[in-house]
Amino acid sequence: MGRYVLRRLLQLVPVFIGTTFLIYALVWAIPGDPFAAKCGDRPCPPAYVAEMREKFHLDDNIFSQYFQYLGNLLTGDFGETFSGLQVSELIADAYPTTIRLALLALLIEAVIGLAAGVFTGLRGGGFLDNLVLVSTLFLIAVPVFVTGFVVQTFLGLRWGIISPTVSIDPTWGELIAPAFVLGSLSMAYVTRLMRTSIAENQRADYVRTAVAKGLTPRRVVGVHLLRNSAIPVITFLGTDLGALMGGAIVTEGIFNIRGIGGLVFRAIVTKEGITVTGVVVLLVIVYLLMNLLVDVLYAVLDPRIRLD
Amino acid sequence: MRSRRVAASLAVGVSVALFASACGGGGGDSAGGAGGDGAAATISVYSTEPENPLVPSNTNEVGGGKVIDSLFSNLVSYETEDAAPYNEVAESIETTDSQNYTITLKDWTFHDGTPVTSSSFVDAWNFAAYGPNAQQNSSFFSQIQGFADVNPTDPDGESGPAEAPAPAAETMSGLQIVDDKTFTVALTAPFSVFPTVLGYSAFAPLPASFFTDQAGFEAAPIGNGPFRYVDRQPGANITLETWADWPGERKPSIGGVEYRSYASPEAAYADLVSGNLDYMEQLPPSSLVGRLFEQDLAGRNSNTTYLGINTIAFPVYDPKYADPRVRQALSVAIDRRAVSDQVYDGLRDPAAGVVPPGLDGFVEGQCGDLCTYNPDKAKQLLAEAGFTGPIELTSNVDGAGNQEVFQAFCISITNATGIPCNFVPVPTFAEFRTTINAREATTPFRTGWSADYPSIENFLNPLYRSGASSNDGEYTNPQVDALLAQGDSAPSTEESFGFYQEAERLILQDMPTIPTFYSTTQAGWSPRMSTATTNQFRELDLLTATVSE
Repeated sequence: MGRYVLRRLLQLVPVFIGTTFLIYALVWAIPGDPFAAKCGDRPCPPAYVAEMREKFHLDDNIFSQYFQYLGNLLTGDFGETFSGLQVSELIADAYPTTIRLALLALLIEAVIGLAAGVFTGLRGGGFLDNLVLVSTLFLIAVPVFVTGFVVQTFLGLRWGIISPTVSIDPTWGELIAPAFVLGSLSMAYVTRLMRTSIAENQRADYVRTAVAKGLTPRRVVGVHLLRNSAIPVITFLGTDLGALMGGAIVTEGIFNIRGIGGLVFRAIVTKEGITVTGVVVLLVIVYLLMNLLVDVLYAVLDPRIRLD
Repeated sequence: MRSRRVAASLAVGVSVALFASACGGGGGDSAGGAGGDGAAATISVYSTEPENPLVPSNTNEVGGGKVIDSLFSNLVSYETEDAAPYNEVAESIETTDSQNYTITLKDWTFHDGTPVTSSSFVDAWNFAAYGPNAQQNSSFFSQIQGFADVNPTDPDGESGPAEAPAPAAETMSGLQIVDDKTFTVALTAPFSVFPTVLGYSAFAPLPASFFTDQAGFEAAPIGNGPFRYVDRQPGANITLETWADWPGERKPSIGGVEYRSYASPEAAYADLVSGNLDYMEQLPPSSLVGRLFEQDLAGRNSNTTYLGINTIAFPVYDPKYADPRVRQALSVAIDRRAVSDQVYDGLRDPAAGVVPPGLDGFVEGQCGDLCTYNPDKAKQLLAEAGFTGPIELTSNVDGAGNQEVFQAFCISITNATGIPCNFVPVPTFAEFRTTINAREATTPFRTGWSADYPSIENFLNPLYRSGASSNDGEYTNPQVDALLAQGDSAPSTEESFGFYQEAERLILQDMPTIPTFYSTTQAGWSPRMSTATTNQFRELDLLTATVSE
């Protein structure tokens, strides 16, 4: 087990270098000179452009730029933006909000999604099953920005139940509506996954055995059925946390959440490769760790799975 | 069993770590716009994250400009309604020949208590102009004698291999300190509008501490304006408080101002409607459709003009658009009124000149028939010029509403001339400007201009003079150059108008850019604001803003 985790952690290193380099190269490849647009409809003074290109090593080739960046990163220096702000500070300000948003979204999708999946899986074909089927299909069909604007416009603007945007340092309560929007799509998937898994395993041998042993229905479902059916869902939820953190750009934009999504969006628009890479570095780490956590959880849920 | 326990504790450990990091961090106070006590209330204003450090000579975009304007007072300020200049920090600005100016100062201090002296201005201007300091606004000082010595031009152009030579001097010879309260400015050529220019934020004074500790200044700017820096949370807000000792004539009646960054104008609009945000100077296009904002913000919105103009510029250097008749034809092929009604719900005014109304010396209808929709004339002019299509118009589409209005222009041109017109979108402004700056445009492209300072000169010299900094189409006409030079050297602002107006008429005959709309802005404010006036630079006039609480 310990060796497995160690091996997985070591695998993070090449994946980490590969992804960050790709991101760096992609930002570099966005057409348009970052300083062409900095001075509005008038070109920036040549002295200014020359100074900035020198300062941010923009005239070096991409490999040289990347390795300078990586070198700084290893010493804990995330670099600074064109406006002279420390990227590490921006990330430190933005990350906690995004993590809270993602965790809340994960919680909402897990609780509602799992519950709906279990109920419909146990009693397939009834009214409840059809209702859930239609509503999950609806959620999957509607893009996140539509859900977001609808929630903001009706709950926030027209009925005044929530504030249409969150404050600078949002409370958990303020983040519930955005988290619901962010998690709604995955919630539908979790429901479908869980329902299928439960329905399938209901006919499995070990369930029949458990029933035959005379165990209470609660124990059959709660321990034997749920635990085995949860494996594919756990995989999904685990990777989804990573996706929620990176994919919050739209939701954060609608509700004006000062999180990672907005930060990375602004940085892409202004071609600030340093900020983009800094954020992505952390996203990659979260993603990889979540994957590791999911794999480790398999062994907990199903002792037959051996990791070593 | 053993491996399971390890796994479980590991899982718990990682979760706890993630959770803890989520609950930790997140500093910053939430100095919000809501609440407040009576006259001392802080108002929240829509803004965007400044793109540069908060130094006046290095800020020329809107997000940072708002903050700079509140933090600094210049030699000259402008009235809210008509942008007429009046002396603020300057006691007097005197000249006899429009070339040599003597400026005397009133007794002012910076927020840190140090006096505003002649050297506060002279040092700041020298800093801004000095090439190696790489300030974005350095070109504003190019008319001062000695600018070429501190900011030499690249001998073979920007793209050439040679680098610009090192500056021969560190200070401009045209700036001379007479005493603590007096200094003189000598220009390379007469420039009658110079006193008006001095209200532009690049000419702000800087305290002595700036020159010893620039990083410290950028972290907490010290100005001499009506508002004083309090704090800043990057990506979220910048908070200023009213400076009680400000010696200016009109004192602010609010307690302070919070410039709040928003991810999108739509999010800000939602906050504005529900009263979480106090002021927004430009409402998003989605709220203008069907004039929705007039219902959402009943009794707390305004629709006003400001000093700006929208245009379509031609790459005059491209042979296809070198013939003025082609350019004139496209101008008369655009039904401005119909496009305004269709795209802007009639909220924009068709332009009839390249100078916006509201400026001293403005003349109505300078464009004559050349800005009036006339399909027959368009066809005739194109036939005379032997122009055979197709026509392409281009614009960046990351700006609000650009795509819609340019598609409408194209439809109008196609309908009027029968020549197919296509709109070619460019995804980002950076990409768009890269092509234009490199003089590689092959199609007419979107341009716009907002006043740096209120003068018709500002809408002509930088845009239409041969080789001017923003003459994107490389338009050149010796007669226009001569008239502009005459306007510059006129003994007074009033006497310069005639020359500038004549130049504008000539420019419109050549039509290097098609004037499309005079800029208007739709502002909105919260119920708790009782007065909110948008000035001629499309900003909230903080000095006249009042809160009813």
